[in-house]
Amino acid sequence: MLKSLSLSTLVIAGLASAAIAAGGAGKVKDKNFSFEGPFGTFDENQLQRGLKVYTEICSSCHGLKFVPLRTLSDEGGPHLPEDQMKAYVSEFPVNDEASNQHLMDFEEGELRALTPTDHFPANESLGAPDLSMMAKARAGFHGPYGLGINQFVQGMGGAEYIYSLLTGYTGEEKEEAGVILYENTAFPGGWISMAPPLYGDDVEFDDGHDTDLSHISEDVSAFLMWTAEPKLIARKQTGFVAVFFLTILSVLLYLTNKRIWAAAKGKE
Amino acid sequence: MSGIPHDHYEPKTGGEKWLHKRLPVVGLLYDTLMIPTPKNLNWMWIWGIVLTFCLALQIITGIVLAMHYTPHVDEAFASVEHIMRNVNGGHMLRYLHMNGASLFFVAVYAHIFRGLYYGSYKAPREVTWIIGMIIYLAMMGTAFMGYVLPWGQMSFWGATVITGLFGAIPGIGEPIQTWLLGGPAVDNATLNRFFSLHYLLPFVIAGLVIVHIWAFHTTGNNNPTGVEVRRTSKEEAKKDTLPFWPYFVIKDLFALAVIMVVFWAIVGFMPNYLGHPDNYIEANALATPAHIVPEWYFLPFYAILRAITFDFLFLDAKFLGVLAMFGAIAVMALAPWLDTSSVRSGRYRPMFKWWFALLVVDFFVLMWAGAMPAEGLVPLISLLGTIYWFGYFLVILPLLGVIEKPLPRPATIEEDFASHYPAKPDVAAKPNASAQPAE
Repeated sequence: MLKSLSLSTLVIAGLASAAIAAGGAGKVKDKNFSFEGPFGTFDENQLQRGLKVYTEICSSCHGLKFVPLRTLSDEGGPHLPEDQMKAYVSEFPVNDEASNQHLMDFEEGELRALTPTDHFPANESLGAPDLSMMAKARAGFHGPYGLGINQFVQGMGGAEYIYSLLTGYTGEEKEEAGVILYENTAFPGGWISMAPPLYGDDVEFDDGHDTDLSHISEDVSAFLMWTAEPKLIARKQTGFVAVFFLTILSVLLYLTNKRIWAAAKGKE
Repeated sequence: MSGIPHDHYEPKTGGEKWLHKRLPVVGLLYDTLMIPTPKNLNWMWIWGIVLTFCLALQIITGIVLAMHYTPHVDEAFASVEHIMRNVNGGHMLRYLHMNGASLFFVAVYAHIFRGLYYGSYKAPREVTWIIGMIIYLAMMGTAFMGYVLPWGQMSFWGATVITGLFGAIPGIGEPIQTWLLGGPAVDNATLNRFFSLHYLLPFVIAGLVIVHIWAFHTTGNNNPTGVEVRRTSKEEAKKDTLPFWPYFVIKDLFALAVIMVVFWAIVGFMPNYLGHPDNYIEANALATPAHIVPEWYFLPFYAILRAITFDFLFLDAKFLGVLAMFGAIAVMALAPWLDTSSVRSGRYRPMFKWWFALLVVDFFVLMWAGAMPAEGLVPLISLLGTIYWFGYFLVILPLLGVIEKPLPRPATIEEDFASHYPAKPDVAAKPNASAQPAE
């Protein structure tokens, strides 16, 4: 009875917490991503395409203020060649007023000393949430009956949520207190203030990849998973090394234990 | 240490003798490590080592995390992301610390329920039990304050809800709450003091752990039969026990290694599974999350807190809930005096077994109820679960001792051990532990 107690504690606790995380009523689709499960990794090309979608469309309203720009050329991420990364970064103005609102001294009407940022700029112009950790701040497809089984195996599914949101517009609109709301099947409550950001063919990819709504939504969702969890691949590799060596250690300790106790248990 | 008679440390070399006269530290270590331990301990006796490991893991990872963390409302959230992105190995440190807390509580619950089943709290081990309960309370305080530090949405709103409980105390509640928070609401002063205390408490726990170990090394371990080690002579004691080193050290390390495989798989492959997604959103005093829930290990007691939905006499429901929550732990701490049975181990208590099993089920039901929004059947289920929790300690434990007829117990630990590992006929003649009476 007691033996299974600790294991079931963990499982039930996990299921309980996953079930909460899954709450919110929006319908999240079970989309397969390359980074799901213990063996999943990011697809560099997909992350680069996602970066393009973010840069050309999302960034006009959303920031990525927690993401250091240099990590764009990190291995296990979009892995841009250094010159491309530098060219991308040089597009960001560092000393104009628009991107340094927080440094404005409104009484004096002038800018305080500017410190060029090494991060993606924040963007609070329209009050849209920062997207840096959005893929970890949402939970996704959780399997049957809200049990969280899917999340246990494939990860919390924030990217699935973002994909479902981007592809979940029904085309219905309504006006409420002067704000236009758009019906969305993934958004909790069903009505979201963000206008449909993607329609398909919004960007062109150099690698000739499909640009229909589903494909670009998938690419940008994967990119946002990377911005939220940039060390995902390194973490899984550490996990494998640890599990491998600890398994060997367990076997050795099992045999040692058996040997030590053999005499006491009358097996010698 | 007193207790079971055993061989004490004898300094042999000149250097050892010199040191022993001045500071008997080697003797202390020797006696601690070689303590006679009942040889029939089962796998539920491994959680002590797991808990010690967890404490060390949390202190070590925590000290390094504190080197990179900034306890300020404007920078705390960003500094955690700095750890996740810029600090070498920072993402692993943080995930180990985060999930280390979960492992800590899995182990402590297993440890507590083991004690409840095998009657480890009964005389003469009441002090060990009480200190254990204080450690458990200190762990809950530490974990709660630690969860506030990343300054996410759940950190902020969890802190608001839990400190609000103190505000429910009639009359003096509000001044106490203000004093705890360092202001009228959760803000920078709160974050700073929580950081300070989150760093302090683990060392208090470490001190309490030493006293906890000291206490049960004085009384000797309990064991699955609840029958005491014979201690009239060293020879007799030796038939019931084996030294902690190497027998139990290696056994415990094996168990720890297996648990580590699972733990590292979780840290490596699903580190956010036990967390709440909302905590990746920076704290915002103007946006309340749809559903505020504590970490999983608080859920049973959170359910008890929410179970009281009615006013009673002049006390309002919220205050009664707070009393029930702390009372639930208090009645557990009083178990040594509430349990009237003369038999320690649940193994020989036919009725107790079922009530105990129901308590375990109750614990999980409450955990589930704590995670659900308080609507529909959930408040009723929480209330029933709360009633059973209190009923178990206040009614069932005192009554069972009177009405239950216990099963026959083995006379000695040696007998119990031998029944599990019968000596083979061909080796029985060899001189081993069970053959020694012939001498």
